[in-house]
Amino acid sequence: MHKHSRHLLRGIGLVCALALGSTACGGSGDGGSDHRAVSAADIRAALKKGGTITVWAWEPTLEQVAADFEKAHPGVTVELVNAGTGNEQYKALQNAMSARKGVPDVAQIEYYAMGQYALTKQLTDLGPFGAGKLSAGFSPGPWNGVKAGGSVYGLPMDSGPMALFYNKRVFDKYRIKVPTTWDEYVDAARALHRADPKAYITNDAGDAGFTTSLLWQAGSRPYKVDGTKVRIDFSDQGARTYTGTWQKLLDEKLLAPVNSWTDDWYKGLGDGTVATLATGAWMPANFASGVKDAAGDWRVAPLPQWTAGGRASAENGGSALALPELGGNEALAYAFVAYANAGEGVRTRVAGGAFPATTAQLNSEEFQDTGFPYFGGQQANKIFAESAANVADDWSYLPYQVYANSVFNDTVGKAYVSGTRLTDGLKSWQDASVEYGDEQGFTVEK
Amino acid sequence: MTTLQPRAAAEPRPASPRARGDRRSWTGWGFIGPFVAVFALVFLAPIAYSVHLSLYRTRLIGGTAFVGLDNYRQALRDDQFWAALGRVSLFLCVQVPIMLGIALLVALALDSGRLYGRNFFRVSIFLPYAVPAVVATLMWGFMYGTRFGLVGDLGDAFGVPLPDPLSPHLVLASIGNIVTWEFAGYNMLIFYSALRVVPHSLYEAARIDGAGQFRVITAIKLPAIRGALVIATVFSVIGSFQLFNEPSILQPLARNAITTDYTPNYYTYSLSFSGQQHNYSATVAIVMGLITMVIAYAVQLRGMRKGA
Repeated sequence: MHKHSRHLLRGIGLVCALALGSTACGGSGDGGSDHRAVSAADIRAALKKGGTITVWAWEPTLEQVAADFEKAHPGVTVELVNAGTGNEQYKALQNAMSARKGVPDVAQIEYYAMGQYALTKQLTDLGPFGAGKLSAGFSPGPWNGVKAGGSVYGLPMDSGPMALFYNKRVFDKYRIKVPTTWDEYVDAARALHRADPKAYITNDAGDAGFTTSLLWQAGSRPYKVDGTKVRIDFSDQGARTYTGTWQKLLDEKLLAPVNSWTDDWYKGLGDGTVATLATGAWMPANFASGVKDAAGDWRVAPLPQWTAGGRASAENGGSALALPELGGNEALAYAFVAYANAGEGVRTRVAGGAFPATTAQLNSEEFQDTGFPYFGGQQANKIFAESAANVADDWSYLPYQVYANSVFNDTVGKAYVSGTRLTDGLKSWQDASVEYGDEQGFTVEK
Repeated sequence: MTTLQPRAAAEPRPASPRARGDRRSWTGWGFIGPFVAVFALVFLAPIAYSVHLSLYRTRLIGGTAFVGLDNYRQALRDDQFWAALGRVSLFLCVQVPIMLGIALLVALALDSGRLYGRNFFRVSIFLPYAVPAVVATLMWGFMYGTRFGLVGDLGDAFGVPLPDPLSPHLVLASIGNIVTWEFAGYNMLIFYSALRVVPHSLYEAARIDGAGQFRVITAIKLPAIRGALVIATVFSVIGSFQLFNEPSILQPLARNAITTDYTPNYYTYSLSFSGQQHNYSATVAIVMGLITMVIAYAVQLRGMRKGA
C-alpha cells in the first residue's frame, strides 16, 4: 500500500541523507569576478565578434530596441525572454542563480530589488565598464536606485516619478476641487463618497510599493542601510504624517478595497468608481491599453503635498537592466544595456510609451510638449518631468526588500481589513523585517 | 504496519526452502530494477535531499553552514507554523465531515435505485472533479467578488450588502466551500462503487426479515463500505493538511486575509520562494510530512479496528 511504503522509505531516505551529508558540502562557488577594466575597445571588439545574449525583461518597448540593436550589429543575437513580471521573474532568476545554470546575461530588476542582488554579489559591478561616467545623464532618483555601496550595478531603464491621475469627469460632475494637499485629498474622498456611495477616491487594499512611496514623499526614511548594517524604524515624523492622514481614509472606509491590476480595478478606473490614482509616470500606457472606455476622462495633476505649497515627490516603480554575475558575454551584454538605456534605445522606448530615466529626454522640448490624446491632449510629461526633478534622492530600500514586501499584507494588511491601526501594522512589518534581517546575518539596529 | 492489510494475515506465507540456500538468484532484481531506479530518482532522492537541506542554513550574509537540528528546533517553536497547522486542523474537522457526509448521502441516494435520471445525476455531481483545481478556484474567486461577482450581484438583487466571502474571518469557509464542491463527487464515486459490490441477496434477506431502508443502511450498507469510508477519510486528511492550490490562487484576490503563512504548505512555499529560506522550508515540509503521516496512520488504525 502506498502509505505503507512511504513510511518505510522515509527511513531509507534518512539514511541516504546521512550518507549524503558526509560527502556533500555547502557548495562554495568561487565567484570568479575579476575587476579588470573593460575598455570601449573591448566592447567594440565584442560587438564585431558577435554572439548571442539572453535578456530577461518584461518591459514591452525592449522588443523594438533588441531588433534595432541586432540590425546595427550583424552577428549579434538578442534573445528577449519574458520570465514573468516583477516578483515572478525574481523567483525564476533566484532559482537560476541558486542552480548556477540558465542565468540570463541581462536581467530587468526593479530599483527596490536591486539592493538584494547587489549585496549578495549576484550582479556584475559595472564600474569597470565605465558606467560611473554616465551618472550625469540620469535623473537622481533612478541613479540612486542602481547604486549600492559606492558601486553601480545596473543602468536605469525607466522611472516612476509620481503624479496624481484623476477622473476629471467625476470631479466635474460632483464639483469637487482637484486636491493639492493630502488633507484636501481626504476632504475630496469624503465629498465624493457622500455624493456617490459606490465611488471611491482611490483603491488601496494594501500595497507595499505604494505605501513606501508615500512614506518617501512624506519625508520618512524607515530604512537606513550601510553595507550589511541595517536600521528599520517606522516611527519617524514622516511616517506619523502619513499614518495620520491615511488612517482617516481607512477609518471612514473611503478607499475602494480593490487590488490594482485586477478586473475590478480596470472596471473601476473605467466607470469612475475609482476616481484617482497616485502612481508612477509609467501609467499612461496602461491607461491607453487597459481602460480604453474612459479615454478623455482622465487628467494628470501634481502629486498632492503633505504640507501646503510643498513640491516633494517620490518614485513609484521603475527598473534597471543589470548583468547577473553568473551570466556570460559581459562585454556584449553591457553594450546592449548601454544602447538600450543610455544610447539610441532610449528614444525608441520613449516613442513606444516608456517613461525615461535620462535627463536629456526628460528635459527635451519634444518630450515635454507631447500631448496625450488619452488625457484630452494634456502635456502630461511636463508634470512628470517636474516630479522627477523633485524626488528626494536619499531614500533607500532594504537589501531584502523583495522579502519585506512579500510580508507587507501579512502585517500592514491587517489595518485594511480589521481594527488594527496603521501604526501598529507598520510596527509589525518592522518586526518581521528585523527578524528576517537577523536570521539572514545582517546587523539590524532596532 | 503490515497489520493494515488484513489479507496479509489471512494468507499464510509458504515456507521458502530457497531462503536459506546460497544460490541467490538476481533475476528478480532484473524485473524490479527499472522500477527501483525510477523510484529512487523521483521519490527517494528528493526526500533525501530535503533532509539534507534541513540540516544546513544558508544566509544572505555568511553563506552556508551546518546547523544540525537547529532548524527543527526553530520549527517546533515557530508560532506561524503552528498557527497554520491549527488552521488546516480546523479545516479538517469542519470541512471533511461535511464533504464526506454529502458524498455519502448522494452515494446512498444513487444506490437506493429510487432516483430518476441516476446516470445524469451521478455524472453531474462528479463533474467538478474533472475541472482542474486552478480553474475551479479562479471561477469561485470571480463568484465571490462583492463588487462585480455573483455575491455582489446577489447583494444588489436583494438590496442588502452580503458579507465578503474573502474577508479574513470567512475566507477559510469559502475555501472549504470550493474544496467541498470539487471533491464531494470524487468521494461519492468511491462510496458508490463500494456500494455496488454489496451482494443483493443481503438486501433481500433483510427485507424478508422486515428491515426498513434505514435499517438496511445502518446494518448492511455502512458496514460494507467501511473500507471505502476509511480510505476517503485518509485521503481527505492528507488533502486538508496539504491545502495549497485554493489559498495560493485566491491570494491575489484576498492578500490581507490569506497571509503567506496561511497553510503549512503555503508557508513552506513562501519561505522558499519569497524568503530564500530553502533550508528552513525543507524542515517545515518534513515536520509537516511526519505530522500528516502520524495522523493519517492514526485515522487508518482507528478505522480498521474491528468493532470500533
